[in-house]
Amino acid sequence: MMKEMLTGNAAAAWGVRLAEVDYVPAYPITPQTEIIETLAKWICDGVMEARFVTVDSEHSMITAAGAASATGVRVFTATSSQGLLYGFEMLYTVAGWRVPLVMINVSRGLSAPITLEPDHNDVLAARDSGFLQIHCETCQEVLDSILMAYRLAEDERVLLPVLVNMDGFYLSFTREPVEIPDIKKVKRFLPPYQPKHAFFKASQPMAQGVAVIGGPVYSYFKYQMHLASRKALEVYKEVSDEFKEIFGRAYNTIEGYMADDAEYILVMTNSFSTLGKAAVKNARSKGIKAGLLRLRLLRPFPEKDIFDAIIGKKVVAVLDQNISIGKGGILYSEISSAICNGKESPLLLSFVGGLGGKNISPEEFEFIFDSMIKAIGIGEIPASRLLYTEAEWKEMDSLKKMAGKL
Amino acid sequence: MNIAPIKSIKDIPTEEDIFPGTPVCAGCGGLLALRHCLKVLGKKVVIVNAAGCFTLLSIYPFTPFQNSWLYTAMACAPAGAQGIRDALDILIKKGRLDPEEDLKVVVLTGDGAAYDIGIASTSGAIYRNLDFYYICYDNEAYGNTGFQWSGATPFASKTGTTPAGRISPTGTELSKKNLFEIWKSHKPPYLATISPAHPVDLINKFKKAEQYKGPKLFINLSPCPPGWATDTSYTARLAKLAVDTGIWALKEAVYGEARHTVIPRRVKPVEEYLKGQGRFAHLFKPSRQEDALKKIQEMVDRYWNEARKAEVIKE
Repeated sequence: MMKEMLTGNAAAAWGVRLAEVDYVPAYPITPQTEIIETLAKWICDGVMEARFVTVDSEHSMITAAGAASATGVRVFTATSSQGLLYGFEMLYTVAGWRVPLVMINVSRGLSAPITLEPDHNDVLAARDSGFLQIHCETCQEVLDSILMAYRLAEDERVLLPVLVNMDGFYLSFTREPVEIPDIKKVKRFLPPYQPKHAFFKASQPMAQGVAVIGGPVYSYFKYQMHLASRKALEVYKEVSDEFKEIFGRAYNTIEGYMADDAEYILVMTNSFSTLGKAAVKNARSKGIKAGLLRLRLLRPFPEKDIFDAIIGKKVVAVLDQNISIGKGGILYSEISSAICNGKESPLLLSFVGGLGGKNISPEEFEFIFDSMIKAIGIGEIPASRLLYTEAEWKEMDSLKKMAGKL
Repeated sequence: MNIAPIKSIKDIPTEEDIFPGTPVCAGCGGLLALRHCLKVLGKKVVIVNAAGCFTLLSIYPFTPFQNSWLYTAMACAPAGAQGIRDALDILIKKGRLDPEEDLKVVVLTGDGAAYDIGIASTSGAIYRNLDFYYICYDNEAYGNTGFQWSGATPFASKTGTTPAGRISPTGTELSKKNLFEIWKSHKPPYLATISPAHPVDLINKFKKAEQYKGPKLFINLSPCPPGWATDTSYTARLAKLAVDTGIWALKEAVYGEARHTVIPRRVKPVEEYLKGQGRFAHLFKPSRQEDALKKIQEMVDRYWNEARKAEVIKE
């Protein structure tokens, strides 16, 4: 099979085209816009049979997407950063409607200060909304994950929307070789969407999204969503097995890199994991038994898989490309919850880096591995450490001088 | 659908599409109007609702409607209508839905959503020429939260957030936003104001709207006994007085061309409308606020002078 050089955004658009999506409500925002432009062109040229509409905001966009999904068509939409937060209340709402919308978030740091390059505070803000979350490292993975996302979302045991995440710029605008799957194979993997639970038609009136009064009714529906999301862990395994069988590519909930015999594990997500893998290789060449664990399925959270992968290791460092102001790395807490009840829980260190697309240099990775080795026996684990190089510090000083603040 | 206009109240179908026993307040002028609207719209309808009093119409596991319903959020019911309309069109076009199964998409919101938080999503839907109905039940304040000031609140109305007191004796100091003109500037195929006290006018407007593809928009002045501090039995009379005093002008606009559908012959003084309502009581007691009363009368007079001039010129 020939591979084409595609950006992450183009790979996303191909996933949507192959999934034979019916409807794309859209609103532009950098660095996501190339996805909707590509789809608009294909729909205009007639190579994709779908309806495209640009609405007045991301809030309207997510509403229209959810409402169309509740009417019974297959829907896709995409956003980034401020856009995701602008539509935020509708994420919870659409998840509560139990409709299988698939949406891409192209990660970008959150204002203020306003910026363009990625970190994961945007997508992790949606962590508790009910959307399942798949985080991607490569352009191929973006395309494949969209196909898998529809299978998951439309499964009767799940019926929850899915957010697929990729990093802005580093993945969205980076070309990588991508295999575009054969449509016949895609049709075998992803049958047409035929809703049995949520639709609008004259002969069967249905009230959707209705109000409830009282905690027990509210709790019942929220618990249902939670249980469906937990069920999605099982469904995910079926879906990924079938995907591997048909397309030959395997995507587990987590991905280990040189992790089996490793004593020191670095935990990362998304495209910067590629930098982490290079750092692991580098550490290995120096005799450090390093490995990397990349989290791919963030919701539902695969505690068991994570526990099995890191229990018995000496030290685990979670490198969060996000910051919970006043706490530190978000995924650090999540990983901690996955292993805290184990008898041989490794030491767990927290690092924050790569905010707003800041590079993570080989020296910073070396510092992390060095910290892991030194952590053994010191007794006290420091709070989240904020990565910043000397060169960056000096550069910041010169900017502050220009601003007249130094 | 027979779109020929009806002549009298006797021609209104007696069959009800909303079952009795809803949780809305006794004497709700919005519900009274909605009953009439649905008599024309029929049962093949999906109502797209925004947060407001009428959200309480459908509370799990009950609904008083024989048609479908989707509650969205406060700012985005027109965007929900966009998604449903587009999805129905796609399903029919691709042969996955029998055209007989098609639905009219009807947005139903209060004035808080229509005048304030949802005005952008409404403007977007009208601009895109979305084929939908919009019914705004305008009780001139945020009613579901207990009657606070909204963009629809008229000058001198007392609300929970614009109380009348020493610093601002009139209560609300701003004037009601002109939503009719804002919507009209988009030149939608059909736009009208309606009143529950003029059911024949209301029904004929819905019948007329039926022929147009695109936005069909209705603003209903909805007397609100708890917010306006009036007796529940007074709703229809108050709605009628709003028209008879010229405060609520019944009109329509087809592709932006407006005309009045009910022109009061002998316009009653605005005081007759104001004095029966608790929200305006401070204009009369403990002492009459002559300046405020005069200002309201002048606003109404100016409106009708201009309207008469405009329509005479047109004829």
